[in-house]
Parts: sequence; structure tokens; C-alpha cells
Amino acid sequence: MNFPVLSVIVFTPLVAAVLILLIPADRKNEVRTTALVASVFALALSVWVYAQYAINAYTGYQFIEKMTWLSVGNLHIDYHVGVDGMSAPLVLLTGIVMFTGVLISWGKDDPHGPTGIQDRPREFFAFLFLLAGGVFGVFVSLDLFLLFFFYEIAVFPMYLLIAIWGWVKTREYAAMKLTLYLFIGSVVALIGALAMYWTAGQATGTYTFDMLKISEAQQAGAFNGLVNFFGAQVPFQVVWFLPVFLGFAVLGGIWPFHNWSPDGHVAAPTAVSMFHAGVLMKLGAFAALRVGIMLLPDGAKYWAWLIMLFATVAVVYGAYIAFVQTDMKYMIGFSSVSHMGLVMFGLSTLNRDGLTGAGLQMFSHGVMTALFFAVTGMIYDRAHTRQIPELGGMIKPLPWAAVGFIIGGLVSMGMPFFSGFVAEFPIFMGVWQVMPIAAIIASISIVITAAYIMNNIRRVFFGEVPANLEGHISPITALDKVAIATLCLLMVALGLFPWLMAPMIQSGVNSILTLLGGA
Amino acid sequence: MTTETLIWLIPLPPALAFFLIVLFTNKNKALSHSVGVGAAVLSWLASMVVFFRALGVEHLGEHPFVSSVNWLPTGDTWFKIGVAIDPLGAAVLFFVSITIFMIFLYSVGYHNFGQPKGDHDRAGLPPHGATVTDEQGHKHTVPSVEPMYSRFFAFLGLFAFGMYTLVVSDNLLTMFVGWEIMGLCSYLLIGFWYGKPSARAAAIKAFMTTRIGDVFMLLGIAFLYSATGTLTFREIFTEEMLQHLVSIDPHFLGLTGAGLIGLLLFIGTVGKSAQWPLHVWLPDAMEGPTPVSAMIHAATMVSAGVYAVIRMFPLLSLDHNTMTVVAFIGTFTAIFAATIAVAQNDIKRVLAYSTISQLGFMIAALGIGAYVAAAFHLITHAFFKALLFLGSGSVIHGMEHGVLHTGNHSVDPQDMFNMGGLRKKMPITFWTFLIGGFALSGFPLLTAGFWSKDEILADAWANGHLVVFVTLALAAFMTAFYTMRQITLTFLGEPRTKEAEHAQETPWTMTVPLMVLSVFAIGYGWVGIPENFLNLQLAPSWFHEFVGGTLAEHPEVIPFNPIPLIVSLVVALGGLLLGWLYYRNVNSAKEDFFQIPLLKNKYYFDEAYQVVFIKPVIWLSEVFTYKWLDQGLIDGILHFFGPATGGIGGFIRQYIDLKVINEFIGDGLAAVTQETGRTLRPIQTGRIQQYMMLSLVILAVVGALLYFMLGAGL
Repeated sequence: MNFPVLSVIVFTPLVAAVLILLIPADRKNEVRTTALVASVFALALSVWVYAQYAINAYTGYQFIEKMTWLSVGNLHIDYHVGVDGMSAPLVLLTGIVMFTGVLISWGKDDPHGPTGIQDRPREFFAFLFLLAGGVFGVFVSLDLFLLFFFYEIAVFPMYLLIAIWGWVKTREYAAMKLTLYLFIGSVVALIGALAMYWTAGQATGTYTFDMLKISEAQQAGAFNGLVNFFGAQVPFQVVWFLPVFLGFAVLGGIWPFHNWSPDGHVAAPTAVSMFHAGVLMKLGAFAALRVGIMLLPDGAKYWAWLIMLFATVAVVYGAYIAFVQTDMKYMIGFSSVSHMGLVMFGLSTLNRDGLTGAGLQMFSHGVMTALFFAVTGMIYDRAHTRQIPELGGMIKPLPWAAVGFIIGGLVSMGMPFFSGFVAEFPIFMGVWQVMPIAAIIASISIVITAAYIMNNIRRVFFGEVPANLEGHISPITALDKVAIATLCLLMVALGLFPWLMAPMIQSGVNSILTLLGGA
Repeated sequence: MTTETLIWLIPLPPALAFFLIVLFTNKNKALSHSVGVGAAVLSWLASMVVFFRALGVEHLGEHPFVSSVNWLPTGDTWFKIGVAIDPLGAAVLFFVSITIFMIFLYSVGYHNFGQPKGDHDRAGLPPHGATVTDEQGHKHTVPSVEPMYSRFFAFLGLFAFGMYTLVVSDNLLTMFVGWEIMGLCSYLLIGFWYGKPSARAAAIKAFMTTRIGDVFMLLGIAFLYSATGTLTFREIFTEEMLQHLVSIDPHFLGLTGAGLIGLLLFIGTVGKSAQWPLHVWLPDAMEGPTPVSAMIHAATMVSAGVYAVIRMFPLLSLDHNTMTVVAFIGTFTAIFAATIAVAQNDIKRVLAYSTISQLGFMIAALGIGAYVAAAFHLITHAFFKALLFLGSGSVIHGMEHGVLHTGNHSVDPQDMFNMGGLRKKMPITFWTFLIGGFALSGFPLLTAGFWSKDEILADAWANGHLVVFVTLALAAFMTAFYTMRQITLTFLGEPRTKEAEHAQETPWTMTVPLMVLSVFAIGYGWVGIPENFLNLQLAPSWFHEFVGGTLAEHPEVIPFNPIPLIVSLVVALGGLLLGWLYYRNVNSAKEDFFQIPLLKNKYYFDEAYQVVFIKPVIWLSEVFTYKWLDQGLIDGILHFFGPATGGIGGFIRQYIDLKVINEFIGDGLAAVTQETGRTLRPIQTGRIQQYMMLSLVILAVVGALLYFMLGAGL
């Protein structure tokens, strides 16, 4: 048997979380070192998976591990994991965000005020890693039940992380709002998943949560029947696509169910915001793709227009709201709504360009927004405000943070030679092929995005340092710099050399296109 | 080295210089400018080699230098990016490389290299001067070196990289990449003195306005790509592809597919080349250092816009409607900007509006199908306008010297009414500026501007575009008039202020570029003298033969006609003469008849845009989307359901859980009766179990529904 690399990746943070809890609470640096070692290990393995992924050999799942978890009567659940071209980059992304998240949470007990996480780091890292393990798990799950299992593991610690370590003013409200939205979303999706489970089981005679089996059953026509929907006979896929897709897409911040997301970002501590916007929102989009579009392709075709409508609104709407925010975190939060809207926009095209762009955008946005939140956190820890009008001239005391934010801004604006362009360009190409008017409307966001990014950069990083902050801004730590540099390098590398990632995503897109019936 | 390899290498030195300066040499000014200027020289040399090799190729138009590599995979094939040099590319490369080189060199002197550090200079503000004590113990104020000297060369390098990338691209995608890089650099460079609020505002305005055009261009690219599956020029400009584009009907204003794509791409140019109605950014962009003005507004960025439409001409010319729009915008801009230029007093702003107007000439030329004339004017204009900008920078520098000498900082060194008589103080600047100004005015026979402008007018006349002809002739007249106004106010007469008396000629790094550019401002016109000029049967115009070869169908040589020639003679000489006659007697702004408020305030476009576009956008964002939709509607619904669901939970807990179960079982756990919780907002009830319960209720209800539906359906 081969080395079970995916399982090791998934369980590294979970095991580390337990180990961290065993360390005495006052040995903060031991806690942090353990966390760092675990995250480096997980990152190294996810890089290895990414590098070893054979793009041309086979367009299905790779690094597969499978064993029976539970098999009672009609109930059959496997522990079944694997990655394809869509999920391998996201596993890598999770590794990166985890690594950089640990780095910037390290902080130091500065006389001007502590930076990073100084309050109960042991519990913080334990919960953070529980979250990371869940995220890794969702990306590699090939079993529906397993996917839900990890999904809930990923969502649950968010509540605690925000409610305990979050911004005092809104943390309880935000944590509750987030939990409420996500649980309801997942419950709705779960019902859809159960419908698939039963229907596929009835058609094939073997009841299983295995997504590959369900997909086979779907291709054999198991989902082609009609269901009674309040008296009307409606195709199965048409009925169930929306609950499944939207249920997951709530976590992807789809409009009009996006509202929890900016509140959550604002209230969360820095590393959690990075995770939240960087990977957790990808989780929603990814699960919506994996379970919604790939298992119910006809439903996807039927409802694509609605998803595109939501996405178009989200893209413009998020940008407009971001434009008027005075709190940096709210601005980034709403810009995430806009950028995740682009992911949905790409998914809704159901064509090669759009899906490829969506895959690239998930990665690009993950890195970019993690960087944004990291920098914002660094500023907030020092200036004790995130209000854009109360800041200024930050480029002098914090040059690394400023350059990082500017590079992130360029990505956000879709500037060529940065990853954002490589992602947005195919999305717009893909949308144009399906519905040019949507592309035209969404393109408004390109201008608005440039406006709010430029405004923010100008007001926060240039001009005069406000008198009350002069001399109070301590420099960032070396670890912070490593985190910023890592994230920036990735965005530039992907922007200059899109072939580092695009072929892999396309191998994943190819199998989706096959499911959708023809390339 | 093959020519193709060399073309790939052309853009690289400035990009390399950018990284070298940013990463390593930024502390050392001499090293930084050596790296910057050195990179410019390398690119210039490579460009010259490519240019002369291109000259040696017969029928370069049919067999351009091309080379491409895979970049972004698109399914079964790759999206290729590559380089190509055809006659148009070669001609553009020629002027771009020379002007960029000269601007780099000029920047050394402009930013006061070799001068002491300023007394109070700070990064982000222009240098204020330094006090030095000479051998006799006298204190003098002298110009001080720019505090962010190295950074300037880094940005300039990145800018040059963008422009070279744009010129050598064989496809719209990398062209767009270069285009956007320049947009970014224009932001960085216009806002170079970011300590000045006006510079910051101008930088954002420039970036945003051009970005609006860019979005349309991107849409055009998306449309083109989805229609043809390629963005490479030579694949698009084939007979069958163009026919295919014409046959598409986008159901939009009666345009053909080709027409709509052309129009969208053209809007990108309207932004980049500051055509009406997106012209508003260019004059404000004068806040940047003067080499930047020369770079952005003469040699590279605005030229890039025109270059892009010239490049797309085979596509644009397919739809008559689009061409009419192009011709209209160009012609209107030419006259519109010229009228504003007459009323400006800032030496750079006159040039700024003049640039807008001259770009209008090119666009108009293209709109009436005068492909070669547009390209010709693009190149001659780049030379003489770069010369004029650099010359104005030299004047300002000289004036600043005077200001430092007198110490009266209330005198605006850019206001022409504070100048006068500078010809004696700054002779090289004066003569080169005169050459540039005469070229701009189209001074007959001698200057490059005459030949290129005359060709546009001749084309308009010969093809029967009478409205275009008359309007452009009028604009040309005004051009000559305001140019002579500028020269008269600045250099002629007697100094009007003490500062002008103490102005001083600038160092060689600034004057040498002026002299080099003046050679081209005169000589470059001679390569495009029409063969039938005055029916003299001269040798065929080299420029026409060479650049015309880019098109599949070689444009025809128009027959000689005396009327446009006479008109261009009259407007040029008449404008110059009137300008001199009037302004030699004007000594202050009050005496100037043309200080009309409407013109002085640029027809109130900035104010109108503020009301019509910017305020509504802010309202839409702040009030409509955020307050009404997001916080009102969506959160409103949520906050309605929050208490409602909380109510259900509370009900269950209150009346079933507590009353029935707890009291029935009788364990009396009073601890579970928590407070309803502090209500931060209505939704906030503080009890997660209620929400979990709600989830379960929903699960149960929908599960029952599912059971019902599946059961009934089977």
C-alpha cells in the first residue's frame, strides 16, 4: 500500500490539536512551535501532493484511499479520499493559509500592546487546527457522509474562535449569525444529499454515500426520474439541485445569503479571518461544485441562469458596498463577497473557460484575501483601529505590510501579471460565451474594485501618520514578513506563469465537462 | 542572435532595472540612475537593431518577424503569447525607444542629481532647495536632489517595460497587459509626490478614468475571443476571420460584430488617449514630475491608445458606423481641447490640452480611413511633444532657480504670466522649444508637424470629409495660435518678474535630450513627403511605402491638391502671426482677452462629472446598496426571522422543555433557565441551543416533506 498522504494531511492538524491541548497553558512558545511544526509538515505534504499530481495520466481522482467505515444494512459509509485537478490546488491553499496563519498569530508581547494571539494561544491553536483538519477533509472527501462530517468539523470551531477571541464589539452577534447561516445551509444541503442517497440506492440496489458510485448511478440515469413536487411532476435533478447547491454556496458567500460573511470576517481574529475568507469560503464553493454540479449536472444546466444572476448581482453589489466601508475589515469582507461572486460566476457558465477561471479564482482569492486580512490584522494590533479615515502613512512604519497590501490590491483589481488577472480573464471569457450582458454588468465591478482599493491604499498607507499614532507603530516581526512574502510570491508566480496551475485545474474541469455531457 | 530573440529581449532591461533598483540599489542614487539609463540604452540599441533589420526585409508586412510561446492552456490548445514586428511595429518602436532613452537621461538632470540634499525635503514632496555656503561665506539657496530619486527610475523602468511590451505584442492579451502596466505606472508616477493632495487625487483620477475605458476594452477582447477563439493579430486579420466577424449580428444599435468589437476596443483608446469624454484625467496628470508628463503624455501611454486603434484598423474599418464614431470623437476632441488650451496659463497645462487635441487629429485621421497619416502624425507628434514637455520642464526648472534665488515662493514657476524674456537666459531651451512649437503648429516645409498634419488634411479633403476637414483646419489654426501665445509669453519680450530675470539654463543632461529631439522634430517629417507634392514627382514617400505595407491592401497614394496645402499654410502661418501680434502686447492675465471663464474652467466637465457620475455612484453604494438592500432588506428579513425563530425556540423551551419535560421529570435544574440574553441586535439571543433546535426542526419538517415527495413519486 502506498503512503496514505491525504490522510496524513487531514489528520496532522487534528493530531496536532490534541497534542497542543496536552501542553501546559503557560508554555506559549511550545504551543506555537508545535503549531508551526505541524503546519509546515502539512504544507510540505500538500506541496508534495500538488507536485506529484499527474496531470496528463488520468483525469480522475488520485492518491485514493478507501476503507469501509460503517456498513449496516442499507447504510454504507466509506472512508474514501482522493484529489482531482480541482481539489489539489485547494489542498495546497489550505496548507499555505494554515502555515501563514500560524506565523502571523505568533506575534509578540509588545509594550505598545500585544500583537498576534497572546490570549490563551493553546486553545486558540487547538481550535484553529480542528478547523484546518475539517477543511482539508472536505477537499479530499469522496464520500458524501464523510464530506458532511468534515464540513461540520470545519464550521463548528468557527463559532468558538470568533466568540472567544474575536472583536469584542460584535463577536457574539457575528458568531451566532455565522453559525446560524452555515448550519441551516448545511442542513438543507444534507437533505438533498439524502435524497440522492436514497434515489441512487433504489436505482442500483446498493445504498452508498460513495460519491463516485452515486455519480456512476447518475450517469446511468438514476436521477432522470420525476418527483412529485407539491402535486407537479418535476425532474429529480431540477428539484434537488438548488437546495444542494445553495445550501453549500451559503458558505461560499453567495448573494443573497452572503450577509453573515462580512460580519464574521470583522469579528474574527486575524488568523481566523484568513482561514474564513481564504479557505472556508472556498469550501462552500467547492462543495457546491462537487456535490451540486457534479452529481446533479442536469439540474445545474437547468438552474445555471439563476446562479449566474445571483453571481452577477454579488459581483457588483459586493464591490459597491466595499466602496463605502470605512472599516478595513468590512471593506475586505464585502470585496470577498464580490470576488467569491466571480467564482460562482465562473461555475455558472458550465463551460471550460468559466470553470477553469473559477478554479483559479478560488486559489487566487484565497491567497489574496488571506494576505489582506493578515496585513489588516497587523495594522489593527498596532494602531488599535481599522477605521480607514483614522489611519494614514502606514508605509513608513510598516513598509512590508504596505507593499504586501498593494500587491494584494493589484491582484484584487485583476492587474495583469498577478494571479487575479489569470483567474478573472477566463471567467469573463467564459461568461461572454454564455451571456454577454452578464459579463458587461459584472465588469462594472472592475472599476469599482479599482476605486476602493486605490482609495484604501492612498488613505491608509500614504499621506501623514496621524499624530496619535506617531511613534506607536512597532515594526512587524520576521515571521510576519515570511508570511507576507510567501503569499505575495505565490500571487506573482501564478500571475506570471499560469501554467503552474491552470493545466491541473483543467484536468479537473475536463471530468466535470464530461459529466455535463460533452466538452 | 536572431531578430525574434532580440524582440523578446527588448522589454526586459527596463523591467530588470525596476527590480534591481527596488531590491538592491535604491540607497545609491548614482547606481540607480546608471541602472535605469543603462537599461534604456540597451532597449534602445536592441530596438535600433530590430528596426534596421526590419528595413532590410522585403514585404515585411506579409512576412513580419514573429515568435510565440504557450502561456495559458485553453482546453485542447494553448493560449499563445508572442512578439511580432511588422512595419507599423518597427516604426513605432523607433520613436518609442528614442524618446524613452531621452526621457531617462533628462530625468537625471531634472531631479537635480549631484545637488546637495534639501534642508527640509521629505519623501513624497518636490525638493524645496538646499542652503549652501560658498567660499566667501555667502549663503545661497540651490536646488536640492529629489528625495525619492531611485524610486523614480524604478517606476520609469516599469513604465518603459509596459510600453515596450505593448509595442512588440503579437496579440491583444499581452498588449492589454502592457496597457494595464502603464495604467498602474501612471498612477504611481502621477502620484509620485504623494505628499501633495492634488497629486494623489490626480493619480487616482487618471487611473480610474482610463480604467473605465479599459473595462470596455476588456469586454471587446472577451467578445472577440469568444467569436474567433484567438487574440493573435495575424490570425484575426485574415480574410475569412474578418468576414466571419462582419457576419455576426450582436443585435446592438445595428452594428456588425466587427463594428461592436471595434467600438469597445476604441473606448479603451478613448480612455487611454484622453479623448472626449474621458479626457478629464490628462490635464490633472500634470501634477506628476515633468519627465513623467513627457513619458505619459507624449511618448508612450497616450500614444499607446492611438497605436492600439491603428493596430486594430483592419477590424475597425469593416463597419462604417464605428468609423463614423471614431471620426466624430477625434474631430470633436481636436477642436474642443484646442479651445481650452487657449485659455490656460500653466505652461504644462497648455501642452496637456494640446496633446488631447493632437491625439484627436490622429483619431480623426483613422476614422476617415487615413491609416498612414494617423501613424505618421502619431510619430512626429511623439517627437515634438516630448520635446515640448521636456522643454517646459526645463523652463520650470530655470524659473525654480529664479524662485530659489529671490526666495519668494509665492511665485508660481509654471505660470506663463510670470515668465517672459527667457530666450536670453535659457537659449538652448528657447531654440529647441521654438522648434517643437513650430512643429506643433505645422510651420511649413521645415517641420515634421507640417508634413503629418498636412497629410491628414489632404486625406480628409481628397475623401470628401468636408466637416472633418474644416474642423481640423480650424483646430490647426488654434493650435498655431496658442503655441505662439505660449512662446511669446514665455520666451519673448522682457522678464515680467524678478524670478524670470534670475532664471538659468539647465544642465547638459536636460539640454542634450532637447537637442536630440529637435533633430527629429524637424527631420522626421522628411521621410513622409508625398511623392506628388506640388506635382514635383519626388521619390515615393518612404513612410507611406513602409507603414502602408502593414495592411493587406496597400493604401493608395492620394493625388496632389492645392486646396488643403493652401489651407494648412494659411492656418499655420496665420495662427502663429496672430498669436505673436496679440500676445507681444499682453503682460498680465487681466489683459488677456481669452481668459473666458467657460474655457478657463474646461467647460465645467469636472464639475459635471462630479454631479452626474461620481455622486450617484457614491449614493448607489452607500445608500441604495448598503443601507437599503444589505442592511435594510437582507438584514431586515434576517432580524425578523431571528426573533421569530428565537420565539419558536423560546416557546418550546418555555412551555414544552421546561414545563413538561423538566417539571415532569422533576430534576429541577434551574440553571438551564438562562436569561434571554443581552440583545446586541434583535437576532442575538445568546443561545446556541435554540438555533440547533431550529436546525433540527427544519430537518424534521423538510425530511418529512422529502419522505412525502419521494414516497409519492415512486
